[in-house]
Amino acid sequence: MAIYLSFKEIWRNRTKYFLFSLVIALISVLVLFTAGLGEGLATNNKEYLEKLDAQLLIFQTDVSFSTIESRLDYKKYKRARRISGIADAGPIAFSNVKVVIAKDEEPIDVSFIGVEPDRPGAPKAITGSDLRSYPSKIALIDQSTADLIDAKIGDKITIKSTQGTEDKLYDLTVTGIAGGQRYFFRPSIFVSLTTWDKYRPKSDPDSYSTQPVLNVIAVKADNTTSIPYLENAITNIIDDVEVTDITTAYESAPGYSEQQGTLNTIKGFTFLIGTLVIGGFFQIQILQKLPQIGMLKAIGAPNRLVSATAISQIILVSLFGVIIGTLATFALAVTLPSNVPVYFTASSVVVTIVTLLLIGPVGGLLSIRMAHKVEPLTALDM
Amino acid sequence: MDSSILNTVDLSKTYRTNDLVVRAVSKVSLQVHPGEFIALVGPSGSGKTTMLAMLATLLESTEGHIYIDGKSFENMNQNQRAKFRRQKIGFTFQDNNLVPYLTAIENVELMLRLNHIYTPPQAKRAKDLLLRLGLDEQLHSLPSQLSKGQQQRVAIARSLIHDPRVVLADEPTASLDTQRAKQVVQIFADLIHEEKRAGIMVTHDLRMCKYVDKVIQMVDGSINRIIDDQSDIDVLAGTSEFDKLSTPAIR
Repeated sequence: MAIYLSFKEIWRNRTKYFLFSLVIALISVLVLFTAGLGEGLATNNKEYLEKLDAQLLIFQTDVSFSTIESRLDYKKYKRARRISGIADAGPIAFSNVKVVIAKDEEPIDVSFIGVEPDRPGAPKAITGSDLRSYPSKIALIDQSTADLIDAKIGDKITIKSTQGTEDKLYDLTVTGIAGGQRYFFRPSIFVSLTTWDKYRPKSDPDSYSTQPVLNVIAVKADNTTSIPYLENAITNIIDDVEVTDITTAYESAPGYSEQQGTLNTIKGFTFLIGTLVIGGFFQIQILQKLPQIGMLKAIGAPNRLVSATAISQIILVSLFGVIIGTLATFALAVTLPSNVPVYFTASSVVVTIVTLLLIGPVGGLLSIRMAHKVEPLTALDM
Repeated sequence: MDSSILNTVDLSKTYRTNDLVVRAVSKVSLQVHPGEFIALVGPSGSGKTTMLAMLATLLESTEGHIYIDGKSFENMNQNQRAKFRRQKIGFTFQDNNLVPYLTAIENVELMLRLNHIYTPPQAKRAKDLLLRLGLDEQLHSLPSQLSKGQQQRVAIARSLIHDPRVVLADEPTASLDTQRAKQVVQIFADLIHEEKRAGIMVTHDLRMCKYVDKVIQMVDGSINRIIDDQSDIDVLAGTSEFDKLSTPAIR
C-alpha cells in the first residue's frame, strides 16, 4: 500500500521527481568521482608496494618510513636473509629515469627500480619471462609503461639518465611485462640491482657496484613465525633499522595521508550536502501535503502507512538518482583521458552507493517525523 | 431494544487553557437510526465541528459516551481508533477531500485498499457508484481536472464504498454553488437512506436541510432545538438566515 501510494505520487508528478532525481544523480557523480579519484591517486602512489610478495619492509631508522630517505647497506640485506623466521628477503632500490620514445616527443618519467631477480620485490611477469641477472641489459616493465610507450616483449627501450653533468642514453630489452606496478605516480621499469646502480642518475658515473646501497628490504615471513615477533627479531639483530608492515609503509609516503584526507573531506562534505538537499526537498514536500496527510489519517490511514509512504518515496527517488548518477559516472570515466587517475574498485563503489542510498532516508528523517506528527484533526481545520 | 447506529450520552468536551475553561460541547445526547440523515446546524463556535470530531473518534470527549453499533471506542489506542474509523466511518470534508495524485476511481478504491478488501467485484462497485454519481467521463481524471462539485461527488463515493455504519460530512457544500450543492446533498441523502446508514452533516447552509430527516440546532455547545417535522424542515430550508430558525414548531 505504501509503495502503491508513493509510486502513484511519483508517477503523477514525474517531471518534478525526475528533476530532483537528477540533483541526486549529480551528487552521486561527484561522490563517485571523488572516491574514484582517491582510489586512483592512492593506486598510483602505492601499487608497487601494495602488490609486494612480502609482509614487512625494513627501513633505515629515523626516516619516518620514507623509501626515498632510507639508506641501507647491502650487508644488512644479507644478514636479514639469515634471520630465523624469514622465508625470503629482497633488496629494493628506487630511482627515476626518463624513457625516450621518439625525437620529437617528450620523454616519459618512470620509476627505475632495482631488485634481485626471484626475490621479494621483483614482480612476476604476466607476459614474457621474469627478471634475470644476466644478460644485464634487460628489463621487466609494468603494464602502464607498456601501454604508455606501446612496448612489447623483445622491444628495445631507451632510458635517459643523468650521469655527472651529462644525460646518457641506455638501451634495455624488454623481456617481460608485469601487471600494474606504478610507484609514486609513475609507471615502473625493473632491472637487476647491478644494472640499476650502473644506469641510475648519479653524480659520479664511474661509481657503481654489484652490492649498491639499498632503500628498503622486503621481507617475507615463513608460515610459522608471527609478524610482531619477526619485527622484534629484525630490529634486535640488525643495527639502525626500523621495520613496518606494507600498509604503514605506503601510508607514510610523502603527501599520501594529506591527499587521501583531502579527498575524504570532500567526499564527506558532499555526503553532508546531499543529506541536507534531500532532507530539505522532502521537508518542503511534506509541508505542502500537511492537509492531505491529515485527511488520510482522518479517513483511517494508520500512522505507519503514512510514514512508510514517505520513506519509500525517498528510497525510490534516491535509488533512481543514484542509478542514473552511477551510470553517468561510468560513462564519463570511459571518456576521461588516461592520465586522470580515476579507478573504481568494486568495494569502494559498493560502499559509496550504499552510503548514497542511506543519506536519503537519513536526510528525510525530519520530514518523516513531520508526517508522523500530523494530527488527523487538521482535516477538520481544527 | 435500541435500534440506533449512533448513540451519544451526555457527551461533553471542555478545553482548559490556564485559568480559562471553555465548554465546547455540553451534555449532548442524540441518537441516529439506520437510514437517518441529520443536519447539525448552528452559528460559528456552537460546537458542531467539535461534536463531529468526537463522533469521528478524532477527539476525546471529556465526559459522556459515544456508541457506534453499541460499541464504545473510549478505551481504544490511536491505531485501534484509526482502524475503527476506516471500517465503521465514512468521511466527507469541506476541502482537501481527495488525494491529488490519485484519479477519481483510485480515490474511491483507496478506502477498499486501506481496509484490505480491494477485489475485482469491489472495484466494480466503486466504478458503479461513480457512474451513479454521474462521473462516467471522469473515472480516470485527477482531482485537479474535476470541478468542485465533481470532487465532492467522488468524496461521497469514497465515504460510502467500504460499507461504513456512520457517514459524517463537514460542510460538504461550502465551496459549491447552490445548484451543485443541492445536487450533492440530495445524492448523499439518497444513498444514506437506501443503504440504511447513519448520516450526520455539519452545515451552515440551511437550504441544505431540505434533504435531511432531522435538524439539530446547537448553540453554545448544547442542543438548542431539534426539528424533525418535515414541514418545519421545509420551512427552515426555505430561509437563508440562521436567525429565522425560531419560526417553525420546535420540540
